[in-house]
Amino acid sequence: MNGVENLPAWVALPVSFLLILGGCIIFIGALGLLRLPNFYQRIHGPAIAITLGAGCLLIASMLYFSVLQSRIVIHELAISIFILMTAPVVSMLLMRAAVYRDLRAGKHDTGAESGDVYRLPAEK
Amino acid sequence: MTTLLTFSMGFAFACVILAMVFCFIRLLMGPASQDRILALDTLWMCSMMLAVVFGLYFGDQVYFELALLVALLGFVSTVALTKFLIRGEIIE
Repeated sequence: MNGVENLPAWVALPVSFLLILGGCIIFIGALGLLRLPNFYQRIHGPAIAITLGAGCLLIASMLYFSVLQSRIVIHELAISIFILMTAPVVSMLLMRAAVYRDLRAGKHDTGAESGDVYRLPAEK
Repeated sequence: MTTLLTFSMGFAFACVILAMVFCFIRLLMGPASQDRILALDTLWMCSMMLAVVFGLYFGDQVYFELALLVALLGFVSTVALTKFLIRGEIIE
């Protein structure tokens, strides 16, 4: 905590607000992962926590270090862009794996439908 | 202002730690493999955010590199695990 004492109020307030907002969003996302009953519902919680919560924290970090070192610090944009690119890929891959496994196990009560996309092993 | 900043950083830290606890519970009790992989991926992302909050608290830019590294490793490991779920093997 060096140099925080002379941080102006117009930057301390947004940083605090973004930190609290990001913390709340992360908490709610993880709560959704824990509490929701179905896998296809559970996958929504972490998606929100990863994109929106991490975005809030990274914007807060950018603002804080830019004012603290009195130069523009945008390293965190690298993490933001990386997360915005990879979070949908991870969600899509996980969802495809879940649908494939549900179809192969014959669990039709989950609402998973093939749509002639998946080549399943022949029915025994 | 310092009090407000310290409080909000502590609040974010507590939220991320609680989220990690929830993910760990889901990792232990998740009924199917895809639940466990989803919980593991969220755990990676939570540790990335923990590194960001640490960097804010200690005012140190070193934690940024840790966060970037954790995000990269989390993505690669999740893709490998998911591919294993679909194909049954990672490198074809």
